[in-house]
Amino acid sequence: MAAPVRCMAGSSSRSNTTSFQKKTRSKLVSIPGTRPSVRSSSRSNTTSFQKKTRSKLVSIPGTRPSVQNGQLLLSSGVSSLDYVIGGGLAVGTLLLVEEDRYDSYSRMLLKYFLAEGVVCGHELFLASARDHPDEIMQELPSPIMDEVASLKISEGQPQPSDPENPDTMKIAWRYQNQPRVQTALASSLRFGHYYDVSKTMEPELRQTAKCHSFYQLQETPVTTGSSPLPSPYHALLKSIQTVIRKEGFDGSTPQSKTRNVLRLGLHSLGSALWGDDVCCKDNPAHCHALSTFLYALRGLLRTSLSVAMVTVPSHLIQNRAVMGRIIRLSDTAIALESFRGSEKETNPLYKDYHGLLHVRQLPHLNCLSCEGPDTKDLAFKLKRKQFTIERLHLPPDLSETVSRVSKTELAAGCGTTATGNKHLDF
Amino acid sequence: MFPELNNILNSTPDSFKSSDFILVSDRQADASFLIHHYLSFYLRAGCKVCFLGLVQSFSHYSAVGQRLGVSLAQAREKGQLVFLEGLKDSIGAILQEESSQGTQHLSYLRSPGAGLKGLFRFVESSVRQNGDHDDGESWGPPVLLIDDLSVLLSLGVTVGAILDFTLYCQATMCTELQGNMVILVRCEEEDADDDEEGANLLQRGLVHQCNLALHVEGLPTGYCRDIHGQMQVWWRQSGETMYNPRKTFHFKVHDKGASFFARGTSSAVL
Repeated sequence: MAAPVRCMAGSSSRSNTTSFQKKTRSKLVSIPGTRPSVRSSSRSNTTSFQKKTRSKLVSIPGTRPSVQNGQLLLSSGVSSLDYVIGGGLAVGTLLLVEEDRYDSYSRMLLKYFLAEGVVCGHELFLASARDHPDEIMQELPSPIMDEVASLKISEGQPQPSDPENPDTMKIAWRYQNQPRVQTALASSLRFGHYYDVSKTMEPELRQTAKCHSFYQLQETPVTTGSSPLPSPYHALLKSIQTVIRKEGFDGSTPQSKTRNVLRLGLHSLGSALWGDDVCCKDNPAHCHALSTFLYALRGLLRTSLSVAMVTVPSHLIQNRAVMGRIIRLSDTAIALESFRGSEKETNPLYKDYHGLLHVRQLPHLNCLSCEGPDTKDLAFKLKRKQFTIERLHLPPDLSETVSRVSKTELAAGCGTTATGNKHLDF
Repeated sequence: MFPELNNILNSTPDSFKSSDFILVSDRQADASFLIHHYLSFYLRAGCKVCFLGLVQSFSHYSAVGQRLGVSLAQAREKGQLVFLEGLKDSIGAILQEESSQGTQHLSYLRSPGAGLKGLFRFVESSVRQNGDHDDGESWGPPVLLIDDLSVLLSLGVTVGAILDFTLYCQATMCTELQGNMVILVRCEEEDADDDEEGANLLQRGLVHQCNLALHVEGLPTGYCRDIHGQMQVWWRQSGETMYNPRKTFHFKVHDKGASFFARGTSSAVL
């Protein structure tokens, strides 16, 4: 009977008096810089119980095993995003980000993803068709290296009003003992790093990372014969496969060599710059190109130690059936809907946020059910130094009178001048 | 295997109807838990199973199977299970590598218009191996399971070619060999523009062929933590048995199974 590894380790640590030697095939042993998901067996100090562990998994910095299914997770760089998508990105999966209209926030997510890779010492692969990959690499946010996590958390949250403060909100007594609504999304323990988007990463740190890049405009087009993929996608897939094989991410290298994770960042796939017409036409000729590419990419990822973040300008894709297929071919899919340029920007309801985050799909990996967030109303904002995702909540209407005044003013603006002058008279 | 679903469908691994074509479809929800149910169901029943896993890796199905109490690796070794791992085999075919000449069954990836002849050959040869092995064990009627047939649409195969493929499979599996067939398709949103190559057309075509359709949808009122969606069960009317032709259940997927209940009887409500 092969129970999940987590249960095995948990039960064995409690059996203090047994002399039974259990051979746990614990895959989850001591990965530095990660948080423990198994109950530690340190409590059993008077026992003859000996745990025989065969640590099969080589420790990779910046990863931790999932509590749910034992999958190896790594951080996307934004801790609140990790929380939303179930703890982090599982190794071997594909995260699809639907770009916002100006590509500002999706690009920021991509930079976070790459910066986290640099800090953890992962290898990077960056492909782009518009900006040169080196340019994107130069814009990576600077990590906040001091280890005072608590300080960061208190900084990251909106200042809670303390009871001594005379300015506290007066609320009905029956709600006073209710727990405060936590809008900031974070798991209890820290995973990943924090970044300061107002500064860029030091070049010395950036150059420690091994980065492979693919710049579409510098590639010479090749004829692909009867391949179902158009030439840029074919070349990109080939290049990814070469990196994975050559650097040994497919597990072909001997055990002695230290394992590492490859982070793939693919920017604006599907745009016309990649030679794809899925964005510009309602009934594109290459409507299977992007989905075929993603299918093959997923096949590559599944057999290797790598994670991909793909951004797609979905607002340009007219054919919703094509977009639905693209989402289903990725593991995790999120969409960023920025308020910029839309009427929601001036809506007082959304004044605290810069956009909405939609979770389109969560991965089913090695388990039947997937752990979703308990709410789907999520919003993101870009603070001075930090990008965060929060639970969307309506701000309290603190000053009743003010809003009433503004309402009459609003009415006055639309109405006749006679009523508009009313405020001026008194 | 979910006992509650067996009660609803009135079947157990010891006694189930043969020559059935079961269609599992979903829209804005995930019906893959039903595929895991059928995989463990038929492995327990001792059938010869041919599984076309086009969207996930073998380790995924194997890990879920372990939670449901069947070992896919053992079944594969014994020859009970023939597993096609589409994701792994497809890279070579898409990149046109010389080393992948052996994967003739994935011919649809090499040239878009090729059709699914190779895939059908693969299915046919794997289920017909049932009789001619010598190690004494013989398996029950053959079963074909396909996890996500609609992914073929994303790879450029036409709806017509897919429907031809399922008709051929039905003729071989259900009529000739008295076996069963379970196919999952994933539909698009209701209001998606209905182009002639859509998954919705595929689903309609398959409903026309099947004997039993299980359709999984998200709740019309939106996302809920305690009810993951609703499942509609539809039986094709056949002579002697008169079922209630259509039933709707709510369901919730757990770690190691799923529970089904009548509408409005969720434990979160009562």
